[in-house]
Amino acid sequence: MSQGDEAGRLVRPFTLTGGRTRPSRADFTLITTVTAVDPPPERAARPQPEHARILRLSARPVAVAELAAHLDLPVSVVVIMLCDLLEAGLITARPPRSVSGAADLDLLQKVRDGLGRI
Amino acid sequence: MAGSEPTAGAVAAPDTVKILIAGGFGVGKTTMVGSVSEIAPLRTEEPLTVAGLEIDDLKGIEEKRSTTVALDFGRITIGDDLVLYLFGTPGQQRFWFMWNDLAVGALGAVVLVDVRRPESSFAAIDFFESRRIPFVVAVNGFHGEHPYPAEEIRASLALPEGVPVLLCDARERESCRDVLIALIDRVIADVTLGSGPAR
Repeated sequence: MSQGDEAGRLVRPFTLTGGRTRPSRADFTLITTVTAVDPPPERAARPQPEHARILRLSARPVAVAELAAHLDLPVSVVVIMLCDLLEAGLITARPPRSVSGAADLDLLQKVRDGLGRI
Repeated sequence: MAGSEPTAGAVAAPDTVKILIAGGFGVGKTTMVGSVSEIAPLRTEEPLTVAGLEIDDLKGIEEKRSTTVALDFGRITIGDDLVLYLFGTPGQQRFWFMWNDLAVGALGAVVLVDVRRPESSFAAIDFFESRRIPFVVAVNGFHGEHPYPAEEIRASLALPEGVPVLLCDARERESCRDVLIALIDRVIADVTLGSGPAR
């Protein structure tokens, strides 16, 4: 966020969300990946400009935190818009992989091997 | 959730996992993220008036309207179907209410320690210990120098048995990679022992 326009930025993001400050769903974590549905549903209304930006950025799968960084918007604001898009059937969302037990050892080994290659 | 079925012509979304890089303010968290990330670290900023909605007490935050909590993060693509994210946690204690959200679902954490002021990382150690989130301690040497051996630092931090202590240089990719591998080994050991990362 550039200096000097903080006050403006605090007002503006919530004009993008119809004044709502809470997501209607808790589905979106920082590393939930979202993907634009292609082609979009036939009866979908024309998206608002910020929604359209999200759809362009999510033509390939992208994490919520990355979207927020690219849009230069708070995660909390992006999540609210993602809820709208999800409800409109314009995106799909994939939750993060949870790791809780021995069944996940393969995944952990994969991460370890991957780190060994960097 | 709308499900994970790939839509026609789309690329399947990968699995995602995350590791937290924690420690006191200015200890080198973002430097470490940048050293191993395949992209320049990205930043999101949350206005505190949004992030702190559930916080009643904002005493001590004089510039409420312009206060933001910055979150720096990076990415390591493990494969077509798996991506690891690294999140640097906010250093200032007053922003720790964000940590609970950050910690949910994390594989584990690296607690960076500055030998010149180790006390600035005490709170991070307490945080992960109390939540039983696997972590390793990585001592970031000033200019890459390490005046104290790892065992001495372990003693001064009063670390629980089994928590690895590594000497590292947050500016060096290989050094940071080795810290992350040590963390994954720790997580694998936990899972193998059946205790699992508690949430």
